Amino acid sequence: MVLTLAFRNLFHDRVRLTVTLVGILFSIVLVAVQLGLYLGASRMITANIDQADATLWITAFGAKSFEDGGALLSTRERHQALATPGVVSVTPIVVKFAEWRKPEGGSTRVVVVGSDAEDGALKPWNLVKGTWEDIKAPDAIAVDRTYLSDFGVHGIGDSAQIDFGRVKINALTDGIRSFTQSPYVYMPLSRARQLLNLPSDIATFHLVKLAPNADVEAVRKQLLNRLESAEVLTKEEFHDRSLKQWLFRTGAGVALIGGALLGILVGTVIVAQTLYSSTKDHINEFATLRALGSSSGYIHKVILAQAGLSAILGYMLGMILAGVIVFASQSTPLPILMTPQLAAALFTVTVFMCAISAISAIVKVTKIDPATVFSR
Amino acid sequence: MTTSKPVLEAKGIVKELGRGAGKVVAVKGVDLSLVPGELTLLMGPSGSGKTTLLSILGCIMTPTEGSLTVAGTNTEGLSAEQLAELRRAHIGFIFQSYNLFPTLSALENVRIALDVRGQKGYKAAARSEDVLREVGLGARLMNYPGNLSGGEQQRVAVARAIVSSPSIVLADEPTAALDSENGHAVMELLARIAHEQNRSVLAVTHDPRTLGYADRVVKIEDGLIVGEERRPQGLDAPEITDLTKRRKAHA
Repeated sequence: MVLTLAFRNLFHDRVRLTVTLVGILFSIVLVAVQLGLYLGASRMITANIDQADATLWITAFGAKSFEDGGALLSTRERHQALATPGVVSVTPIVVKFAEWRKPEGGSTRVVVVGSDAEDGALKPWNLVKGTWEDIKAPDAIAVDRTYLSDFGVHGIGDSAQIDFGRVKINALTDGIRSFTQSPYVYMPLSRARQLLNLPSDIATFHLVKLAPNADVEAVRKQLLNRLESAEVLTKEEFHDRSLKQWLFRTGAGVALIGGALLGILVGTVIVAQTLYSSTKDHINEFATLRALGSSSGYIHKVILAQAGLSAILGYMLGMILAGVIVFASQSTPLPILMTPQLAAALFTVTVFMCAISAISAIVKVTKIDPATVFSR
Repeated sequence: MTTSKPVLEAKGIVKELGRGAGKVVAVKGVDLSLVPGELTLLMGPSGSGKTTLLSILGCIMTPTEGSLTVAGTNTEGLSAEQLAELRRAHIGFIFQSYNLFPTLSALENVRIALDVRGQKGYKAAARSEDVLREVGLGARLMNYPGNLSGGEQQRVAVARAIVSSPSIVLADEPTAALDSENGHAVMELLARIAHEQNRSVLAVTHDPRTLGYADRVVKIEDGLIVGEERRPQGLDAPEITDLTKRRKAHA
């Protein structure tokens, strides 16, 4: 009966129910978009680190992120690392900003990623056209198809220039976006060094693979002892450092989380307002329940059930709209990510928001004087 | 005259309402007992303290002075939750304006009285249905209050009051909003509840049409009991029999 009464109370006033659901829907969509953007941005920022087949990353001291590796490393560090017990391979990669010159004029910033995939280093993933073998051809590169129009090209076979070297698109990826809005351009290591005018023994990072039974922490300590001017980071540490750099030092993440919190706040206020006015409208019924001998807990259950039903309905509607927005964002440079964990977290947030909203109604109902049933 | 042990006993009940200059003594030292199997009418003019006394006897208001014992439990010092528990266990209420839930059907309105007592499921539904049939609403189970007449709504309220088999039924002006025929029907129901189900029924009223159903009439004026009269006729009163015949013929 608690659920029946809650349901009927809610649906009794369709206009108010609509206002409540719109409030929750607005809140859910806002939170979903903000957190989805946060997740999407996080994935973009760390995608290359996560995809690389490396347990440890050797970086120049103070490297801030994948795109901002700081000073360059030499083969000296690589050889020192290779001589460390437990290390199986050390693969250099080059990551550097460069200028993409469009065939029809104009330019845009890109991030050149030079690596040799056959050495177990980083290679482009989600290839939808072409293979790594195609990228090994002279001047060949792989780019994400999302950015073709930004590059001023149409697809496979089109040419352009990076700095002053010619490049030709031989492979296309799907879904490798760049948080910095400077698209990644993948190519073999030697070609990257050539294009960027770097000496042939220079790298931005060294990717370290360890023996299967190696103690990661012990190897790292040994590497740190050997490499005086470099840092040795685990994949997780570099992942976190990159996130911190782009999401928190730039303020972008704070803005996204702030937006999500604002959504929760607005949703809570709207639901609280509607629940309170609904309770006020049904106050005589609650007083009757009290006169009939119901415990205050029973009445609180009715109000919480109203809040819970609002949460479920609002969540379902909100997720449908959020799903449409997420789907529509997939072809944009900043896709919104919706994961099962985020969907579950949003449901928890909605229920929590509605439960908090019920407090004002519960306080109101706690003050009911059952004697009012005789004064009507 | 009945010699049963009282199920409700009020002694020296005083109730002050308001504060300071606006303070009013609504009940000024009332002694009253209710015994099972008896329909008692509490009659008096408007403002005489009838409803305040009913609220106190129903454990909804607490007296300023005096003691109240319900089914052997002294209510002095009980918390609001404990008083609610006492109401759940022993008291059924009927209100002047029915106080039905507009969003619930007749059956659900009765079931909710069992639900607040923790009685749920099929048995509660079956019991609610039985009681609604008992009050003559077997064909109106799924109707909402808005689709019931005043008399039918009050009968739903009666069913709700008795569904949990309380030992005491308190009714506040149960016939005030009803026409003559429905007023008699409700009073007949209350008399039957008192006599056939051996409950204590107290009805606050100033409706003289109800007198024929009473076993006892208590008169209150200005917060004081000013008279008490026992009436022997009860359910056998001629007007009740006539009404029963009329209703049967109508059915």
